[in-house]
Amino acid sequence: MATIPIEALKSKKASFTRDPERYHDFQQDLEELGAAGEIVIQRMDHDTVEVPTRYGRTKRIQKAHLWHHKSCGQCGHIPGYSTSIFWVMRKLGYDYNDPRDQTSCTAWNYYASATSNAAAQAAVAVRNFAAAHETGYFPLIHCGTSYGHYKEVRHELIAHPELRADVRKVMAKLGKQLVLPEEIIHYSEWFYALRDEIAAHQVRDLSNIAVTVHPACHYYKLVEGDAIYDPDVYGGQRTAVVTGLAEALGAEVRDYSTWFDCCGFGFRHILVQRDFTRSFATLRKIERMKEEADPDVVLTHDTGCVTTLDKSQFAAQAHDRNVGVAVLSEAQFAALAMGAHPYKVCQLHWHSANYKPMLEKMGIDHEAAWAEFQEELKRLERGEKKYLEWEDMD
Amino acid sequence: MDTTASAIYKRPNVAGYADVSYEEKARLFDEVKADIRYNDYLYGCYECGICVAACPSAKFYDFSPRRIAQAAAREDVELIYQQMQEDIWECSQCFSCLRCPRGNNPGGVITIMREVALNNGLASAKEALGGYSRIIYKIMSTGTQVSPDMLQRDAFPDWGPETGDVSDNLDLWRRALPSETLHTTSTGWDVAESTLVELYLIWLNTGALNMISEIDRGLHSILQEIMEERLEDEGIEV
Repeated sequence: MATIPIEALKSKKASFTRDPERYHDFQQDLEELGAAGEIVIQRMDHDTVEVPTRYGRTKRIQKAHLWHHKSCGQCGHIPGYSTSIFWVMRKLGYDYNDPRDQTSCTAWNYYASATSNAAAQAAVAVRNFAAAHETGYFPLIHCGTSYGHYKEVRHELIAHPELRADVRKVMAKLGKQLVLPEEIIHYSEWFYALRDEIAAHQVRDLSNIAVTVHPACHYYKLVEGDAIYDPDVYGGQRTAVVTGLAEALGAEVRDYSTWFDCCGFGFRHILVQRDFTRSFATLRKIERMKEEADPDVVLTHDTGCVTTLDKSQFAAQAHDRNVGVAVLSEAQFAALAMGAHPYKVCQLHWHSANYKPMLEKMGIDHEAAWAEFQEELKRLERGEKKYLEWEDMD
Repeated sequence: MDTTASAIYKRPNVAGYADVSYEEKARLFDEVKADIRYNDYLYGCYECGICVAACPSAKFYDFSPRRIAQAAAREDVELIYQQMQEDIWECSQCFSCLRCPRGNNPGGVITIMREVALNNGLASAKEALGGYSRIIYKIMSTGTQVSPDMLQRDAFPDWGPETGDVSDNLDLWRRALPSETLHTTSTGWDVAESTLVELYLIWLNTGALNMISEIDRGLHSILQEIMEERLEDEGIEV
């Protein structure tokens, strides 16, 4: 198969001029609605880092005191994704709130089945935002779909007074206000903003690790003006999250032609029509990466992308396709760089694609690490403890 | 070669769904257009095909986001109805089609078309969601969409033997997670009871629960009973 001449195409877009006029300032709208008493704005009240966005607006990322809006797919099927986010935050000394008063954004189901509507989706979002506001911790969204969907919900609430009225009525039944945060922040933005601090805590050399990056559709295609773009990363042509972190950690980021393609998740397809998901993930993503970049690991920053790219390889391998590459979130990758245990913290045994060659290149003895993890499990089985705790992770 | 119209267009008896009157098709399209988001999602169509080039579903299905945008922009009631019965469930909802230089959101139009298909009990919605009931049950009743105990060998045989390892060791492996909220097996995390009550109030008060009554009456009855029982326990009048 002929591949796209990436370098030739990129050279035609060597300069990147930002146009703030292309981006409607939602924050002004929020302030007006707040001043009119229509909404309550949750503001950042701790140290922040400023980052650039696609059309030039500066976005602030709060460093500590964050309310972790967890992802159902991460917590349910890739728990090392969630625990790595928490572990890195703890290692850097930033406090957080891991709430039980949180539901899923329910957008995976909505994009899969449409068994919901604009008012219900907005009410679910606002309920979670109100729950965060009640704690005083600022929301940090783990899932790319939740992040993209909540930005859409914010846009709809700003644009449609009748929707605000509907949601306000529902919130009144819950004893809650219509709360929106001043920024909607994805965890990968926090990792990007803190990438130098993370690199300063790095204990493993990743300079011999080749990575490819799959940018998550719902992170940068939905309400695209909020996504982080950095002129120093891809010349500002693609989102800088994940890549900026991988580069800060000293890994070699390799390019491939189908970077814009989605992973094939499909929302309903991954659950009930996986022939499409498997085909797209392997033919358009993994095989292209293998052929053009031969990475040690694919890094991405969303629930569905890790699931799809990781789980789709097994069946393709049975057909002798050119697949077989580890798939991790960049949070797990950063945690490994900072010395995290591959099984106790990163929980790699929940993954399907073979990650062991990558661990070996990182200098990690995965057999010894697995034996250590088994010892911890035996402690649980003997009843010495009911659960492992953070103090058991190091 | 037969080139008559009847040879080109599907007849109702072979299309796999019931034909309805033009007025009924127009009514369904009016429902799509009445959604508050519709005007944000469609501005016309250059017919450039950039959305098709970016679309994953177009590469594997007889599906085109351009045709969706064109049919809606031209108010082609017949084609819109056909798309609601045949095309809309192929969309991956990745929103790569937002690359549209005209500012269209074909994926968003499809979201609305799916809602209308569902609310009106169209055959395509029943077929598309036929194997999906357990997911709707999970998200609406527990507040998290997928759970660790879904990882069963039989459910995901194509995901490799690791899925079976997870299933075999589920309780122990969940107890090995350091986050206190993640020791659950039937939900993604431990959702507070009071949070569930609030979620049920949202489903009931926004009409979201009623949306499934047309496609799966059994599931609707089960969920309604679960929600009303929980709310009554809390002393909340339904």
